[in-house]
Amino acid sequence: MSIYSIIFYILAAFILVTTGLAISRRNLVHAVVYLIFSFFGSAMLFYLFGAPFLAALEVIIYAGAIMVLFLFIIIMLKVETVDERLFPLSQWLPAAFFGLVYIILWAVLIIMDPNSKINLTNARAEPGLFGQYIFERHWLSIEIVSILLLIALIGSLIIGRRSRKASAEKISEGEQ
Amino acid sequence: MIVPFGHVLLLAGLLFLMGIFCVVARRSLIMILLGDEIMLNAASISLVGAALRWQHLEGQALVLFIFAIAAAEVSVGLALIVWAYRQTGNVDPENYNILR
Repeated sequence: MSIYSIIFYILAAFILVTTGLAISRRNLVHAVVYLIFSFFGSAMLFYLFGAPFLAALEVIIYAGAIMVLFLFIIIMLKVETVDERLFPLSQWLPAAFFGLVYIILWAVLIIMDPNSKINLTNARAEPGLFGQYIFERHWLSIEIVSILLLIALIGSLIIGRRSRKASAEKISEGEQ
Repeated sequence: MIVPFGHVLLLAGLLFLMGIFCVVARRSLIMILLGDEIMLNAASISLVGAALRWQHLEGQALVLFIFAIAAAEVSVGLALIVWAYRQTGNVDPENYNILR
């Protein structure tokens, strides 16, 4: 058991605990902050797995941009905590049963697979090499994804703007 | 040298399970989107592990696209949540039952 495996198990436990805390919080701000810690753990895991560029992107995009966006929305909407009540027993018991069956099957599949016994070896994809690979093999996908991001930007702008116009019309109608 | 590949898959699967639970059981649109993010993150962890297992960059390339998709999905999803909040006044999905 080398130092790398110890680091992996510590990181795995850290990620699982913070994610479990995040999905069980009632306060949305607490959930988002726990999830930021979980994403930091994932970024360290990516670094351990030899993907330093993806580790940086995980911190910048997930922890830096997406979670801050969530925080902004939570602050903006003044969300009162919804009273969380579980579904009635007769509804979720079958779902839990079938979910359990699938979990057992999945664990057995992973354990039986000969691939999963192979130990991972250390490797590292340098960011320059990775970028070269991306732009040699996947340049068309990069263009498509950038167009998708532009469309998402325009779409969210339109969704936000139209409702504001509607509420402004409502307010002006009320004044008249 | 590091860990068996199966342990990485187990970690990713458990994370994915937590995401599914968050999407199904929580009653807030924001928590549902957070569950989505957890599931995408679990998928990226398994992909990076697979890239290390086969010593190939393809898995890492796919994770880059997952990041872009996640960013686009979250921006549109949060805009929709804001729109729905302005229509109904809260983020409980049980209130969105009027098709108009």
